[in-house]
Amino acid sequence: MELQAVLMAAGGGSRMTDLTYSTPKPMLPVGNKPLMWYPLNLLERVGFEEVIVITTKDVQKMMSTDTKIKHDVKMKLDVVCIQEDGDMGTADALRYIQQKIKTDLLVISCDLITDVALHEVVDLFRAHNATLAMLMSKVHEFTETVPGQKGKKKTAEQRDFVGVDQSGKRLLFMANEADLEDGLSIRKSIMRKHPRMHIKTGLVDAHLYCLKKAVVDFLTENKSISSIRGELVPYLVRKQFSKSTTSQKQEDTEDQNQTKNDESTNHELLVSSRDDPLLQLAQERSCWNDHRGDMSEAYHGGKLRCYVHIMDQGLCYRVNTLAAYIEANRLAPKLFEEPVVHPSAVISERCQMGSDSIIGALCQVADKTSIKRSTIGNSTAIKEKVKVTNSIIMHGVTIEEGCNIQGSVICSNAVIGRGADLKYCLVGNGQRIEPEAERTNEVIVGADQLMEI
Amino acid sequence: MWIFAALVFPAQRKWSSIVNMADSGVTDGPEKKNDIERAKNEGKDLSKEEKQRLRKEKKHQKKSKEKKDEKAPQESEKEKKPVSSAAPAPQSTTQHTTHKAPSAVPAPAPLPVPASESPVPADKPAKSKAELKAERRARQEAERASKQNKKGEVGQQVATGKTKAPQSELQPVVKRLPEHIQADNPDVLKKLAKKLERQQIPLRSDYGRKVSLFSHLHQYSRKAPLTQQLSIPSTVIHPAIVRLGLQYSHGIVAGSNARSVALLHAFKQVIRDYSTPPNEELSRDLVNKLKPYISFLNQCRPLSASMGNAIKYIKKEISNIPSHCKEEEAKSKLVNCIECYINEKIILAAKAIAKYSIEKISDGDVILIYGCSSLVNHILCEALEKRRKFRVIVVDSRPRLEGREALRRLVQRGISCTYVLISAVPYILPEVSKVFLGAHALLANGYVMSRVGTSQIALVAKAFNVPVLVCCETYKFCERVQTDSFVSNELDDPDDLIVTRKGKTHLEDWQQVDSLGLLNLVYDVTPPDFVDLVITDLGMIPCTSVPVVLRVKSVDQ
Repeated sequence: MELQAVLMAAGGGSRMTDLTYSTPKPMLPVGNKPLMWYPLNLLERVGFEEVIVITTKDVQKMMSTDTKIKHDVKMKLDVVCIQEDGDMGTADALRYIQQKIKTDLLVISCDLITDVALHEVVDLFRAHNATLAMLMSKVHEFTETVPGQKGKKKTAEQRDFVGVDQSGKRLLFMANEADLEDGLSIRKSIMRKHPRMHIKTGLVDAHLYCLKKAVVDFLTENKSISSIRGELVPYLVRKQFSKSTTSQKQEDTEDQNQTKNDESTNHELLVSSRDDPLLQLAQERSCWNDHRGDMSEAYHGGKLRCYVHIMDQGLCYRVNTLAAYIEANRLAPKLFEEPVVHPSAVISERCQMGSDSIIGALCQVADKTSIKRSTIGNSTAIKEKVKVTNSIIMHGVTIEEGCNIQGSVICSNAVIGRGADLKYCLVGNGQRIEPEAERTNEVIVGADQLMEI
Repeated sequence: MWIFAALVFPAQRKWSSIVNMADSGVTDGPEKKNDIERAKNEGKDLSKEEKQRLRKEKKHQKKSKEKKDEKAPQESEKEKKPVSSAAPAPQSTTQHTTHKAPSAVPAPAPLPVPASESPVPADKPAKSKAELKAERRARQEAERASKQNKKGEVGQQVATGKTKAPQSELQPVVKRLPEHIQADNPDVLKKLAKKLERQQIPLRSDYGRKVSLFSHLHQYSRKAPLTQQLSIPSTVIHPAIVRLGLQYSHGIVAGSNARSVALLHAFKQVIRDYSTPPNEELSRDLVNKLKPYISFLNQCRPLSASMGNAIKYIKKEISNIPSHCKEEEAKSKLVNCIECYINEKIILAAKAIAKYSIEKISDGDVILIYGCSSLVNHILCEALEKRRKFRVIVVDSRPRLEGREALRRLVQRGISCTYVLISAVPYILPEVSKVFLGAHALLANGYVMSRVGTSQIALVAKAFNVPVLVCCETYKFCERVQTDSFVSNELDDPDDLIVTRKGKTHLEDWQQVDSLGLLNLVYDVTPPDFVDLVITDLGMIPCTSVPVVLRVKSVDQ
């Protein structure tokens, strides 16, 4: 088997607690499908037959009842439950399932919605025998107004500095602004080998990684690494240029003796396969080099290589903030050719519905309603004379007559009283909005949620 | 009268336009003698060929009924091997004697010769059958001719590829024109698509407008890799083979030796991961398993001659595994065979060739090399170690610019080098004392198939009277015969020719210009007159002894 897929669905959604305090992030509806359906669908389309899903017990319960996942996903899902307390990072989770991992991995996050041609990433991984291949995308500015946001969007987003070589594929440098105290410092060894480096900041990491099996073995030894994105990837990128991995030939014999001394280098040495002399011969005889201008051989003799595929066209969203969630709801339906109105929904004839809205299953939409650019979830009842514009209505919501909902997110099982006027609001799960209420730019959640800081 | 062509003996240089029947032009006589001898020795083969011929005749008879009126009053003389025809008449339109036709038959025919057509009396009954056969043959050829006349190929020049078809069809071991040089024949494409579908391998589609002279070859784009259509954890094709295919199509593994070594490495992994299904024999099942992989690799990049020979060797080894052998034992035996093959044919051969070549390198030499041949680089490095004093001129050409890599490797060792582009070769040749060339394959008629540009270098070197030495391991010797670079070649990605200079990319929209086609050839053939010596692991031989080596090899095996 070539690759095993691992879906990380245990994340808490810490940046959009208003939405996730009752519905776990992987099950948030986006375009009336649970969020984790999108990466699963991507994997299924590409040809995977089995996925290891790392998630919490709550999510597992919800998954077993969700129709979309049960029926549409034909792959075999091997669900591994971990504790919900949030101490386990993604790398810890990999360490937890180390026994199940028999071959190279494709780690994907549950909040990734993309239409990338996955073979681009995997081809880099295969062709260059890379240790890590990841996907990044150009950041799209979110244009929709986010409910509950007072003032301008906070610009203090921590930027990622990503350095790639001239071809744009080899990953040379990766650091987050938070880690850089007084400036970007680049090691001389990198500059010597790659004198031309392009440093990009406007990229978002899609959290899709192809990892060699040796990395997982390395993780089991090195228990200090707990997050793939935060620690493992920068570590691997740095390690490409460290002396121990580049001077392989001399070290191979010496390190046999000092196995236990330097755990990390020892395990990176395992990157070479057992048929290495033959591969080495093929590489020597081949007249190809990945760079030119200096005297070193292909890849500068390094065994550890990290590659990145940067998407400049196409959809790639990580739904980890409210703004991203709203944007994703807008665009995700365009990925698939599905009927806008679910066949089981009951829509009265005098309803004005725009073509860019989605109505979920078992909805009831009464007369004289107007629904534009919105997503209506399953089992939602919308009474007469309601205007819904630019909003996301989740499942089981009841909207009484005469309401006007604009630019808002209404979570599951909420009830909006008659005549309420909501602009850019976020109504939490199970909340009731009293009739004739007028709210603008507010987050209406239950009292119990407010305590969870 | 049919006019022959195709394999014209270079000295005579008659490029008569080939019409349909390309013939090897060898006269019947000598062939007949051989045939009859062979018939005596290998009665079995004879009957097989007869059977094939009968099958063909049945097919053609149907068609001949329609085409009888169109039969031109021409006859060809193709000799059909096995049964020597007693028909002397249609003999000799050809005065050209050439080397023997693409023969799967290693036995070299005694060259030229006058038509001693006396039907060798060895086989009386065969003779009478032979007469019948000769008539049937004449009929077939006539209607084949008319069929191709219909297709309008008459008078077209250099339809060498097409001319090869009928000729090869009549060879005793019926050889069909290989699929990879029939990219413009929709039937062949359909057959190929069906075959790939059966093997569950995606079909790679051609890209861009092809130059008409090369429209019979496939042209792919590197930006459309075959893996687009494969499932990602590839289950149909072993991951090692997918990786190899990608590396071939991206050019990461390039060069005849490198490709063969990488191929054998991948096969080792395939064999290790293989497990015999129940009720199957390893010797047969493993060969069947390898077939789709080979098709896949062919789609990624056409196989090289060396790879073809390596595959033949492996298949032979696999089929020779005795059935009582246990799986583990068989697998380890095969893995061992692969290692031995690489060791003998590549590593030790390189050492032997280096040894012979160093004798030819004297102090004060100025050696010219072209492109990046792993063998030539190895030789030069060895020569440096043996303390010969020489300097090297590296000639390079676009679009591959492989010479840069050769330059890097030589300079790294401390050899003093000069670097020029191929357009400067006539300028720099007066300084040169020897030319060392690598080869992709050595063809059975002594032609050297190598990177495009090699024949030019050899030509100019000949004009300056500079000795040209070709270094080639014996496992690259191929039984194919070619006299030009058109018939069988490889077309690389045409977008490689697009270059940006001073911010301007002129060829960016080349596809919009209807009358423009970009041609990026990979190989060309050098005639043996330009090559003074071929250095192989068996020794230093002249170009024309390649068939002898092939014969010796096949006898050994």
